[in-house]
Amino acid sequence: MNLPRSIAARRALGLAPALITVAIFMVLPMLILLVFSFLEADPYGGVEPRFSVEAYIQLLYEIDFDDALVFNPIYLGIIWRSIFLALVATVGCLILGFPVAYFITRQDPRMQNLMLYLITLPFWTNQLVRVYSWILILAKDGVIEQPLKAVGILDGSLGMMYSNGAIAIGLVYSYLPLMVLPIYASLEKLDFRLIEAAHDLYADRMKVMREIITPLAMPGIIAGCILVFVPSLGAFIAPDLLGGGKKLMLGSLIHLQFASSRNWPFGSAIAICLLMLVMVALMVQARSAAKRRAMEAGR
Amino acid sequence: MSESDATNALSVRNVVKQFGSGPNAVTALNNVSVDIQSNEFFTLLGPSGCGKTTLLRLTAGFEQPTAGEIFLFGEEIEDLPPHERPVNTVFQHYALFPHMTVEENIGFGLRMQKWSGPEIRARVNETLALVKMEQFATRKPVQLSGGQQQRIALARALAPRPKVLLLDEPLSALDLKLRQAMRNELKTLQRETGITFIFVTHDQEEALTMSDRIAVMSAGLIQQIGAPLEIYERPINRFVADFIGDTNFIETRIDQVSGNRALCVAGGELQFETDVVDGHGIGDAVTLAVRPERITLQKTMLRSKDMPVIEEATYLGTDTSYEINIGDGVVVTVRDQNAEAGMGRFAAGENVKLTFSDGAARMLVD
Repeated sequence: MNLPRSIAARRALGLAPALITVAIFMVLPMLILLVFSFLEADPYGGVEPRFSVEAYIQLLYEIDFDDALVFNPIYLGIIWRSIFLALVATVGCLILGFPVAYFITRQDPRMQNLMLYLITLPFWTNQLVRVYSWILILAKDGVIEQPLKAVGILDGSLGMMYSNGAIAIGLVYSYLPLMVLPIYASLEKLDFRLIEAAHDLYADRMKVMREIITPLAMPGIIAGCILVFVPSLGAFIAPDLLGGGKKLMLGSLIHLQFASSRNWPFGSAIAICLLMLVMVALMVQARSAAKRRAMEAGR
Repeated sequence: MSESDATNALSVRNVVKQFGSGPNAVTALNNVSVDIQSNEFFTLLGPSGCGKTTLLRLTAGFEQPTAGEIFLFGEEIEDLPPHERPVNTVFQHYALFPHMTVEENIGFGLRMQKWSGPEIRARVNETLALVKMEQFATRKPVQLSGGQQQRIALARALAPRPKVLLLDEPLSALDLKLRQAMRNELKTLQRETGITFIFVTHDQEEALTMSDRIAVMSAGLIQQIGAPLEIYERPINRFVADFIGDTNFIETRIDQVSGNRALCVAGGELQFETDVVDGHGIGDAVTLAVRPERITLQKTMLRSKDMPVIEEATYLGTDTSYEINIGDGVVVTVRDQNAEAGMGRFAAGENVKLTFSDGAARMLVD
């Protein structure tokens, strides 16, 4: 075979498949999205090739009857609710996932493998079905309410469905494994003798958790938080099913624009906004990781 | 005696430790009692699996005894969790906190005990100076060599001024030269701080050079407790004699008894004079322990097949080790110092004369 001589050329050749994949499946769709967001909407779906920033204006303003721009907080509200619910889901996953991950690391290796398998098991079923089952649980006269009524504790309905709470529960349920696995990975490497050493040096259980286990699990905690926060921000299955379409999140809004509203430029603009939010979150994380690495390398 | 003397730094009373239960239970400690005095450098010596580390972990609080009591300066501690015991441990693999600097590691115990900031800083600096590591205060453990990590682990355990310092084979991960240097330092450190050290090791040389007293352990039992000289010179049983140093075991019979001294004849006509143990009498079969360096070899002009003959000579640098057939198929090992350059004074096949200093042989309780 005729290989190129220079190392740089060989490297380019070797990297080509990966670069082409990234270009076709990531960069290109993003560019299309970006271009679409600056075009005019075709009322029957698709776009008309005329430059316009209307999609972005629409995010903040609406045009009233006198053709004047009026501030419209509806979409900002949806962005805020998305960030808020994604944060709630992340914190919820962390509170539930950390003890689970810690518990798994303390089992013998065979038990660990079984438990990890069980953690990933839900991924083998359709997410729609899994979230739908929560409707049965939370619904009026559902799995939770019926027994409560039967024993007479509850009168009427808790009204758990179609609320922010229901969406948060759905998100926590959907993304919990993404929190457990990275935390497990970092806790599993933890040297148990460090915990003994800390106990020996007068730290009780709480202090050992705070001073030793948590800092050493931090890379896993951060990775888990990103893995939960990012998809939660753009989720649409849980908000649609459990929020009943009344509590819109960014993901549902984008879905709506492309499907029923047929406003592709607006949908693209919201998607770009979502992308920006995610990038801000990742940049914050990257900066803190860099700072931590610099600290670990010695001041 | 179930009462504990408060002048003892540590009193272990009839401690039993079993791991597991039912038919699979393993007895790590089988009714162990020991008193360790204040300011003592005390060593638990024994092969792996003898229970020495278990005894240390029971003292630190990482394990609970199945039965028995442990007293620290008269206070019963076996039910206290590790963080409520005023003892600190130097771990075999140091167990330094990787996310903390050297000074944070050393200050950790002080911070957990709620010392004030300035107090912690002063004590950390003091302890760093003690182990001569001042210039490494802001490093992370990964940036230190094994020997340096060892010193930091030591400083971290000493910083809270523990009543007893536990050392779990702390030198085993170091290379030979460093290990020898650290022995002296540990001994000096113990004298300077006046803290009771309980040192676990399987290395008899470490035990002999550093300890005030040694407990030789085997199979979950303490075989003998004594000063290094006592342990080496007067081992009470075969295990101790065998584990500490090299020993010739000579199976023989008591030939004559006068008072508490016995005369035994081994091999052809070698006579050993020893103290009698346990009221043995004439004709009883006994085992004698004789250290290879306590036998002196002399040249002889006589040639006879009844005389001791050298079967093998092994050059060891400082000494030459000889396997000598003393007749009746009894072979003893003798160490002869190489006072002059060369391969040793004797060659295989030569006849030699063996002489003993008084007390070279010791009758064992088997």
